[in-house]
Amino acid sequence: MARIIGGLTTSHVPSIGGAIARDEQQTPYWKPLFDAFVPVHAWLEEMKPDVAIVIYNDHGLNFFLDKMPTFAVGAAASYDNADEGWGIPVLPSFEGDPDLSWHMIDRLVADEFDITMCQEFLVDHAFTLPIKLMYPNAGPTWPLRTIPVTINSVQHPLPSAARCWKLGQAIGRAIESYPKDLKVVVLGTGGLSHQLDGARAGFINKDFDLLCMEKIVSDPVALTKYSNRQIIELAGSQGVELMTWITMRGALQGKVSTVTSTYHAPISNTGGAVMLLANEPAEMAAAAE
Amino acid sequence: MDDLRHIPGTPVFQGEEAKRGYALNKMCFSFNEAANRKAFLADEEGYMERYKLNEEQRAAIRSRNVLQLIAAGGNVYYLAKFAGIFGLNVQDIGAQQTGMTIEAFKAFLASQGT
Repeated sequence: MARIIGGLTTSHVPSIGGAIARDEQQTPYWKPLFDAFVPVHAWLEEMKPDVAIVIYNDHGLNFFLDKMPTFAVGAAASYDNADEGWGIPVLPSFEGDPDLSWHMIDRLVADEFDITMCQEFLVDHAFTLPIKLMYPNAGPTWPLRTIPVTINSVQHPLPSAARCWKLGQAIGRAIESYPKDLKVVVLGTGGLSHQLDGARAGFINKDFDLLCMEKIVSDPVALTKYSNRQIIELAGSQGVELMTWITMRGALQGKVSTVTSTYHAPISNTGGAVMLLANEPAEMAAAAE
Repeated sequence: MDDLRHIPGTPVFQGEEAKRGYALNKMCFSFNEAANRKAFLADEEGYMERYKLNEEQRAAIRSRNVLQLIAAGGNVYYLAKFAGIFGLNVQDIGAQQTGMTIEAFKAFLASQGT
């Protein structure tokens, strides 16, 4: 059976792509972010996941306001990155896993999540940069297959934190009912606090970010109690990307423990956070005790 | 349902803005492609005409003013692609919207991380 071995959350600010292209990983500004991935690399090397489910928000590359799905799931054999208009390098294509995608889609709709299913899906920096951070030396092919899952953050109304939590749980059930032996890692990319638009542009809330990082491990349900207005007030208008974290966490249904957790602000305009959570199946955790 | 109005300094892009800003955002979405960015720079007025921007939107595009673009119905995710044409990043547009110099805005960002 497929098994979710862990969850990774990371900020995905576009300028990470510029820093990689200019080889600035070890400059004082960027070092804290890139160093946060050193323990992630060791874990990936040991665990060797087969598939990554990448939960993120599209930033106006794949979706326009003409049709804006609240939740979308990719079902393509491969996913291309493309020019997003601001000049960060386009990364090589990512191999998909259409059989697992369709299994997820079947299960999610049966579970009352009326997602949009996509056989063509351009993936933006919020998908590509976290994978590049996980596998900095990979290329031109990546060491694992991928499935994009997007949550609308462009056009309000957005789904609630509570709804995203339930979606994550449904994704977890879908994956763990897949009959093939696969090791799956679930990514939630975005956040933490930041705001790009308006007179409050530049707002970062370190205290709230640190609270989210604590709760995402120990008490994720607490995060589902916030209304979208509260999240915007506390984390800024783009802080709603916290939804991707909550969805990721919903998919981890076993015994969850922290492998690594780093916070550094600012990264660009953002409270930068990287966390890797191990997910041990409940029955295995029980047997070990 | 959440009331998302009147969060200080914080525009929230809802149905009203989506309706009002459609042409402007559609033009900015086209800037994902380099050929379209080039075509805009070659003939800004002609390009805006092609997307049928209203007068308020045309004036906001000419002004390069982010708050004015948002007031005209612009969505920050698509406006970022317009800003990209001029090599402006999120610190540049943050400084512009808050009336700070770039250095002061960067110092403000850094001050919140300590």
